[in-house]
Amino acid sequence: MSDTSAWIILVAAVFTNNILLSNFLGMCSFIACSSQVETALGLGTAVTFVMTLTTMINYAIYHFVLHPLQLGHLQFIVFIAVIAAFVQLVEMIVERFSPKLYFALGIFLPLITVNCAILGASLFAIIRNYTFVQTLGFGFGAGVGWLVAIVLMAGLQQKMRYSDIPKPFAGVPVAMIITCVMAMAFMGFAGMVTIQ
Amino acid sequence: MLYLTAALVFGGLTAALALGLIVAERFLVNYGICKLDINAGETPLELEGGQTLLSALYSNEIFIPSACGGKGSCGHCKITVDSGGGPLLPTETPYLSRSEIRSNVRLACQVKIREDIFVRIPSDLMDVKLFNASVEHVRKLTHDTREVRFKLAEPIEISQRPGQYIQVQAPSPEGPVFRAYSISSPAYDINAVELMVRLVPGGIGSTYIHELQEGDPVTFTGPYGEFYLNDDPSVEIVCVGGGCGMAPMKNIIYSIYENTPDRVCWLFFGCRTTEDIFYLEEFTTLAEKHPSLKVIYALSDELIDGQQWDGETGFVHLAVDKHLEANIDRQAFLCGPPPMIDAVMRVLEDKGLAEQNIFYDKFN
Repeated sequence: MSDTSAWIILVAAVFTNNILLSNFLGMCSFIACSSQVETALGLGTAVTFVMTLTTMINYAIYHFVLHPLQLGHLQFIVFIAVIAAFVQLVEMIVERFSPKLYFALGIFLPLITVNCAILGASLFAIIRNYTFVQTLGFGFGAGVGWLVAIVLMAGLQQKMRYSDIPKPFAGVPVAMIITCVMAMAFMGFAGMVTIQ
Repeated sequence: MLYLTAALVFGGLTAALALGLIVAERFLVNYGICKLDINAGETPLELEGGQTLLSALYSNEIFIPSACGGKGSCGHCKITVDSGGGPLLPTETPYLSRSEIRSNVRLACQVKIREDIFVRIPSDLMDVKLFNASVEHVRKLTHDTREVRFKLAEPIEISQRPGQYIQVQAPSPEGPVFRAYSISSPAYDINAVELMVRLVPGGIGSTYIHELQEGDPVTFTGPYGEFYLNDDPSVEIVCVGGGCGMAPMKNIIYSIYENTPDRVCWLFFGCRTTEDIFYLEEFTTLAEKHPSLKVIYALSDELIDGQQWDGETGFVHLAVDKHLEANIDRQAFLCGPPPMIDAVMRVLEDKGLAEQNIFYDKFN
């Protein structure tokens, strides 16, 4: 178990080990929902929220149920079920208690169930042997990292609407190219802090 | 042993999650009784909150047109929500024009009832009923088109305007869906509804209807549609149909000659080959009885050697252009594929028809 501070893990998860730009997880909703900054911000916030909480729940389930019973291999299927159920629950709570937040966030929640970055964050936290506090830092950081990436992308996409993109590259191809360039730019943070 | 624990743990976790969700749903998704006010107090309803506006209206026997079964993918269930509908959702915007958004038009299947809600529904739609019927007969018109006649059982009569349509309920793997078909039986034929259905490969509705046998029960809602036939007998009627676009034309023409035997009416029908022709004999007989009815069929494909054809050739809009004189008081009804409608619209506008006198239905 590493003794890196949870704060460092948080910063690293946003910049040096951005779950989207270094692991390329959660690409489908990243490409599909990045045409407007407002939508991207809503989706990113929802991802951050769900990711923080599901990594913690999955941490507890893994370390208190699956691991003691030597059922570590069940983690994939169990984590998926937990994420799906949790997203449903959050959707109901938000819809009931904050209609305003529901209309801003809630419509993105069903999209998140199948976002692989959420499952990825839960699995990374287990593979890297994080403590509970480190998991909290990592889950939140990975969510914020995803949010930063999609908002940057949406900002670029909005500007690109006025640029003259060669026809074969318009749409998804140019989005992939931009993601690559962004990933390379984020490599500039490497060396600042390192987590494995 | 390990397998047993694995199964138990996974089963236990899933059951716990499911239980949690059921409990949460019980306590969270409970909006109490909400009021649904339609057309400012004409029929105030009290119903349980949490359901969609579309299903609430259906359970109160108000049948808004909807083809996709409430999945937000057809955009047919538009109604005006004056208040209580919540903000416009991103799932609705693709189906609404700017002016519709300004006048509070919403998709009924996306609006959830959470509070007292005030909606406006055109009186035409308030008259739509759910019909139970049985198949009276099935007739093959061409290789892929059938005429199907439904005898009404409950209610026993239908009041329709020529050109209106019904929505037939067809089963699908994801629950019942509704598909729209124009009524081809005339308005005075009040105890039955006749349809003309072309088999679309893989189509849910047309496959279902083509598999129906005599005596089978069917369920449909109707009548819908905004075709208004001008009652003034001095106004000429122009009907232009292509493919299955014949159904409303048959209804219009037979309804006209029931009441006004001398009214001038043009029927243009476009098909590809002689194989696609149907109802030509019926209409020729009717035209012999009523000389003011002009029946013109046009074949768009070239004739195969040795075939006999004394009608028009080429696309149907060319036939329209050739036969109609300009600047006569007319009303036109067009049904068929979109390119045909567009071409005929241009021809009719050149002939001096105002846009408000042209009714059309594009079959996609």
